[in-house]
Amino acid sequence: MVKTAVHDTPIRVVLAKLGLDGHDRGVKVVARILRDAGMEVIYLGLRQTTESIVSAAEQEDADAVGLSMHNASHLTLAPAMLEAFEAAGLEVPLILGGIIPDEDEAKLRKAGVAAVLGPGASAADVVAAVRNTVSA
Amino acid sequence: MGLMRDVPFETMSGVLVDPVYGEGPYPGEYPYTRGAYPDMYRSRLWTMRMFAGFGTATDTNARFREILRNGGTGLSTAFDMPTLMGRDSDSAWARGEVGHCGVAIDTLVDMRDLYAGIDLSKVSVSMTVNGPAVILLAMYIAVAEENGWSPNQLSGTIQNDILKEYQAQKEYIFPPRPSMRIVTDMIRYTAAEMPRWHPISISGYHIREAGSTAAQELGFTLANGFAYVEAAKAAGTDVDTFAGRLSFFFNAHSDFFEEIGKFRAARRMWARWMKQRYGATQQRSMLCRFHTQTSGVSLTAQQPEINIARVAIQALSGVLGGTQSLHTDGYDEALALPTEKAARVALRTQQIIAHETGVANVADPLGGSAYVEWMTDEMERKAEAILTHIDELGEGSMLEGVYRGIEEGWFVGRIADSAYRFEREVHAGRRIVVGVNAFTEGDDDLNTLRISAEVEKAQRNRLDATKRARDGAAVEQALADVAAAARDPNVNLMPAMIEAVKIHATEEELTGTMEKVFGTYVETAIF
Repeated sequence: MVKTAVHDTPIRVVLAKLGLDGHDRGVKVVARILRDAGMEVIYLGLRQTTESIVSAAEQEDADAVGLSMHNASHLTLAPAMLEAFEAAGLEVPLILGGIIPDEDEAKLRKAGVAAVLGPGASAADVVAAVRNTVSA
Repeated sequence: MGLMRDVPFETMSGVLVDPVYGEGPYPGEYPYTRGAYPDMYRSRLWTMRMFAGFGTATDTNARFREILRNGGTGLSTAFDMPTLMGRDSDSAWARGEVGHCGVAIDTLVDMRDLYAGIDLSKVSVSMTVNGPAVILLAMYIAVAEENGWSPNQLSGTIQNDILKEYQAQKEYIFPPRPSMRIVTDMIRYTAAEMPRWHPISISGYHIREAGSTAAQELGFTLANGFAYVEAAKAAGTDVDTFAGRLSFFFNAHSDFFEEIGKFRAARRMWARWMKQRYGATQQRSMLCRFHTQTSGVSLTAQQPEINIARVAIQALSGVLGGTQSLHTDGYDEALALPTEKAARVALRTQQIIAHETGVANVADPLGGSAYVEWMTDEMERKAEAILTHIDELGEGSMLEGVYRGIEEGWFVGRIADSAYRFEREVHAGRRIVVGVNAFTEGDDDLNTLRISAEVEKAQRNRLDATKRARDGAAVEQALADVAAAARDPNVNLMPAMIEAVKIHATEEELTGTMEKVFGTYVETAIF
């Protein structure tokens, strides 16, 4: 899938909670922020697997996938998600949000994560991160 | 009046102060707006109960001992996410999660290490677990029995508030109705065998953390409380035999007087409803006794040290609101589980409030303040409106109203609305969060607690060794006994559960056995 710099149609974002983590306050607020910014948001909900997210990203023709992580499992689960994208031949940027320490950002970016939104990110940061990632 | 603490009840300048001021009804008198007990903290300070858990059982045991050495007066156990969801450490679901958010428990072997060297007949222990609570309580009883303590000597609390899981915390396993059967079994078992145990801690804390307002926290929590009362009554239990063992858990957020009003209104409302609607006749059945935790979600990742001030102010509102026990958050909570230092600072904050400020000398010191009394009435009015709505949803049954509110996504929708409104206000600058949208200079890095990936490996090996060493055929039989008990609503699940954990059935085996009978809950994803 090749992404162009200018979108004629709204950006489509798939959001999900991967694994057991049940903290969903943040991802729901982010879903509304992105919707209010004119994007189409598909929120998959809790207890998703890498397989269920790959399948939703394919079916929904997602421009970006956002995962919310609050359980300090991001260094394990984010690379697993990227591997699943690769195995499925899916070229979609992965954005992480949640309780992610600053010092992990470089590691995650190196592994292929497109953007990381830590606990200090504002609503404007969230919208900008998705727009920049999709048009990159 | 009972026995008082052996300290002078006077100000720093030597002015003697009375136990209480102002008008009745006084603390300890119906409807208990001013406090659960007449003497409040003069006779006994609140329990300083610090929530802790990470890594292996041995890691957490060391932190528990540290807390008790430092003057903590109760323990509170945090389990990791696989444990909270009924999964073993070797499950595919557990990948990357073992020991991260709390301690990993798979079998009785882990539970033994968790409380090793701690006198469970003296220290009260709280366990924050809901979906698989019946399994963890069975393990706790089994560990105590191995040490020669019978269930009736154990004091503590198991959270076991499944209703708020569907509304806010999302650590459910089975659907609501079978889950309520399990909760009811536990209420009945503990009422008969464990007179010092609280079988449920009806929790507004997570509802608030998920985004609700103070009034929603109050209204939803009391509604859940009434739902448990109705469920237990429907199972044929007399209200006065169990209601006195119900306890509550509230959030202490940053809006100081609103929080105090909420705590005071909670006591008044619970007392009135229990007496008038549910026919309670014993004082204990009408008392809303509660634990308080400062608000994790209010803490900022930016300039984390300033969270110490937030925690102190929030904790003070809990004490002025008359809490029975208190957990203070670590200043690094927006980033990770607390380091030992952060946990110590948090405990010291409580000790300053208890021993330096003088607020513990007088019961309900704010009672009679025009503003505090008005705020108490206002919290009550808003929460009563919520209760009326839920009662209407249930056509005269709070239990059915709560089920319906869960099934229709009413609770999660209201909570998400409030969370979003707060976020918009911060974004628009209408609400100042220090360090986030104002006064942002001076952000420093902090050392945070990190859980090594070795924990997961070690825990898996340990589980493997336990499985190899046990009697497999006996475990199969014990699981079949649990399934049979689960299928028969007239049988209490607890005895079969205790037998199964004793011979090292794992948490996931027991969860899976119950899922086959009760089913698995899947939430409709809405935002």
